[in-house]
Amino acid sequence: MPIFFLLITLFTNAALSEESQIHLKEDLGKENIISQCSICHSADYITMHAKILDRSGWEKTVGKMINVMGAPINDCDKKIIIDYLVKNYGK
Amino acid sequence: MINRRNFILKSAGTLAGLSLWQKPSLATTNAIEEALILEPLKSKDGLIKKTYRPPNFETPISYFNTTFTPNKHFFVRYHHAIIPEINSDNWQLSIGGDAINKPLSLTLKQLQTDFKSVEIAALCLCSGNRRSLFNPPVSGVQWGSGAMGNALWRGVRLKDVLAATGIKQSALEVSFNGADSGMLRTTPDFMKSLPLEKVLDENTLIAFEMNGEPLPHWNGFPARLIVPGWTATYWIKHLTEINIQSHPADNFWMKTAYRIPKEGFKSGQFISQETQLNMPITELVVNSLITNLVDGQTFSSNKAIEINGVAWDKGDGIQRVEISIDGGKTWELTTLQKNYGRFSWRQWRYNLKPTHTGEYRIMARATSISGITQPLEPVANPSGYHHNALQTISIQLI
Repeated sequence: MPIFFLLITLFTNAALSEESQIHLKEDLGKENIISQCSICHSADYITMHAKILDRSGWEKTVGKMINVMGAPINDCDKKIIIDYLVKNYGK
Repeated sequence: MINRRNFILKSAGTLAGLSLWQKPSLATTNAIEEALILEPLKSKDGLIKKTYRPPNFETPISYFNTTFTPNKHFFVRYHHAIIPEINSDNWQLSIGGDAINKPLSLTLKQLQTDFKSVEIAALCLCSGNRRSLFNPPVSGVQWGSGAMGNALWRGVRLKDVLAATGIKQSALEVSFNGADSGMLRTTPDFMKSLPLEKVLDENTLIAFEMNGEPLPHWNGFPARLIVPGWTATYWIKHLTEINIQSHPADNFWMKTAYRIPKEGFKSGQFISQETQLNMPITELVVNSLITNLVDGQTFSSNKAIEINGVAWDKGDGIQRVEISIDGGKTWELTTLQKNYGRFSWRQWRYNLKPTHTGEYRIMARATSISGITQPLEPVANPSGYHHNALQTISIQLI
């Protein structure tokens, strides 16, 4: 869905000036976070949990975002996102 | 005017693949002037940012040295990113449900003029206040000690408003919804319910003023629920909908979130929502905070040091606050300040007269009128609520 990404890019670039001060670590999966997680919340929800959640904690959190909060993230992207979070913000 | 939110919604509306995007409900569409999804906190000052969106900002402790926390320094807590700025001329409060005799819709003017207006001093305290102090750490907004504030709330009694609708015998809970919502339609809307007993309590209000001014946008303009003695999760902001119902509310925010284990906490306040193992968080626990000292601060040993703080509980009132300057070995009484009512925090003071140089380990310990004292350790619970362990601040005298 390229147009979806376009929208989110506009959204993040044009509108989220305050949020743009939050820099997530460069790694595979960062773009998935920006295009999917950032629909609903700023990335400081991630940095706030750095060193707090281990793999099982991040799996549970991402699972909650999909199953409870209704984030439209497929299994493939889910894995990429969890791996990114564990590697860069895991306990 | 095309604002950002409308831009997003309009753009989204043209994209078939984006049917998940939230659209404002019919009830609130007219009331929405502009949705402040993205602005930093206009009209707030000096708050500590926890998260930008949804906005979660806490109050620095230094602002807790006045009886009432100024509106511009009052903490902000949201679950959802769509927070409409409401035009009070268009705002309506709808009251319905299956256990009501006569559904009702009220304008702000009707709410303010048709019912007796009352004012109450009450502490608004987030369930997760001090979550960041739990060890091991707990997932959730990593609040320090500033997700709270004491204010004078003016409004009308919820029970008076509901009396105008008539409550059926079958009524069990009353649920509340505010105008804020998630970005996606699939996100469960933040709704809370209260047991009938708390709804009919004379202290439970629909407030439209805070410290003598209209509610600030970020604290629930034009009207919010005030549930003195209970944590702020029930204090629904931008209130738009009340439903009197004969069955327990069954949504994520009641059934899964904001729960504490029965072991370690008092049960029985919200029986229709209790399970064998857990229950909704309800009443505040006895607690205190030293407000004018910072850990590591240095003082001269030549003169007395005034120590200030606040203490609170679920509304029994504070009986005493003791202070220790030697890390908890010996305790002395502080002087309680003016009583603004049992739901307000109580300020206290202590005059420390130094006897030696070096480190002083300062601790405060509150006891409620019902005889409950703060514990040394918090009660561990999965969501990191009710942190009320004794605080220790080290100061140096030179």
